[in-house]
Amino acid sequence: MANFSTSEFKSGLKIMLDGDPCNIIENEFVKPGKGQAFNRVKFRNLKTGRVNERTFKSNESAEGADVIEMELEYSYTDGEFWHFMDPTTYEQYAADANAIAECKNWLKEQYVYTVTLWDGSPLVVSAPNFVNLIVAETDPGLKGDTSGGGGKPATLETGAVVRVPLFIEIGELLRVDTRSGEYVERAKV
Amino acid sequence: MAYNWQPSADIATIKRRAQYLADVRRFFAERDVLEVETPILSQAAPTAPYMDSFTSDFIPFGSSSRQTYYLHTSPEFAMKRLLAANIGSIYQIARVFRNGEQGRLHAPEFTMLEWYRPELSLNQLMDEVNQLVQQVFGLNKISRLSYRGVFEFYLKINVFTCTDEQIKQCALTRIDGLPSDLELDRDGWLELLLSHVIEPRLAAMNLPVFIYDFPASQAQLAKIKKDEASNDVADRFELYMGGVEIANGYNELLNANELLQRFSDNNEQRQQQAMPKMPIDYHLLAAMESGMPVCSGVALGFDRIIMLALNKQEIRTVQCFAFNHA
Repeated sequence: MANFSTSEFKSGLKIMLDGDPCNIIENEFVKPGKGQAFNRVKFRNLKTGRVNERTFKSNESAEGADVIEMELEYSYTDGEFWHFMDPTTYEQYAADANAIAECKNWLKEQYVYTVTLWDGSPLVVSAPNFVNLIVAETDPGLKGDTSGGGGKPATLETGAVVRVPLFIEIGELLRVDTRSGEYVERAKV
Repeated sequence: MAYNWQPSADIATIKRRAQYLADVRRFFAERDVLEVETPILSQAAPTAPYMDSFTSDFIPFGSSSRQTYYLHTSPEFAMKRLLAANIGSIYQIARVFRNGEQGRLHAPEFTMLEWYRPELSLNQLMDEVNQLVQQVFGLNKISRLSYRGVFEFYLKINVFTCTDEQIKQCALTRIDGLPSDLELDRDGWLELLLSHVIEPRLAAMNLPVFIYDFPASQAQLAKIKKDEASNDVADRFELYMGGVEIANGYNELLNANELLQRFSDNNEQRQQQAMPKMPIDYHLLAAMESGMPVCSGVALGFDRIIMLALNKQEIRTVQCFAFNHA
């Protein structure tokens, strides 16, 4: 993997820091008038998800991280791993519990997820902004109520619990925003 | 490929910039300070270890010889030769060049407002900077704090009595994400604390401040004197506003031998760091030898003060065309 100097640190560049792949968020060049130059770098550790800062001397460099993003289709879980497939090459990728932690509640077979791969293995799986999921369990619908006022909890087929309007019935297909975890509307089948 | 030909500053900013230039000229005209223009290209260059000059070659027509010229990093040396010729108070609005420096607050080519006042003390020069900042740029009044004072206040260390190791430990504790194997000299650690801890705190407190009486080891081209606690200090100030270093002022060193010594020390340090030695400015040394009047001088980053006045976050947005689109 190529080495990158601090002047090449751009937002979005993936580099290795302390053995972990990291995504650069911000790189600020710091130099007092006649003093030494430094780069103050803000980055996200892609393994832990944490944002940190690091100061580099401006002549330092870091190794690039072999990190790519792919659109992969979720196939199934064997309980230990969650298996994804490249829909064009049919190549399989196994993600562990850490990698799917963020989107566990939104995993549905044959949906396409953005998978960040590090050295070819899934590091993080991100859900699309919206998914359509079937209501597995909820209190009986309240006929005639279409106002959306009030609400009740509904458990979806993936195990996610979202707040839905009173008129929603078991078996209905709902459009859900995965970022907020909120019900959006009834989905057209 | 589609070239982005558009200016990096918006037209309104370019117009404001023109007005600031006119206002600065009026400010100095009212004070009988003479505008001068000195060469951009020089056969000599500053020796400061962390200052990289651009170079250009002069090739006389019909000749194959090349003579290296350095683009000035500030008009300081030439202006001091004018002072030695007894020109009196002078100022210059100069385009200056510093290789390698590029970032949100740094451009390799930028504008420096630099002026010298033989009749003013360093304190009076700070007053004048204060007037300029308020009258021309509409910014807030500037407070004054000693270097020793800011370090005591924000970091609880006495920069003149603590050991190198104490300064290093202070930096490692106060600054997140410093590599544990980072090697710096005493002044390097102090600069790091100033830029990483103190500057952001001053910015957060919205406190424009002159920091004065630097450690003697950071004298650059200023005189060295004793402070009230009998520490050797450099008789200079730096102006910080909005967390940004805006200006650097000296009670100017007048002793040619001491200046030569500092140039030589710098070149030695450069050599140790595998950096090229820079050609010493013997014209300046000769001028100083003949006698330069007692003088205070200051260099102020013109683009940066416009950024503050117009509340812009990036230097490129106050320059017509940013360096990478030039």
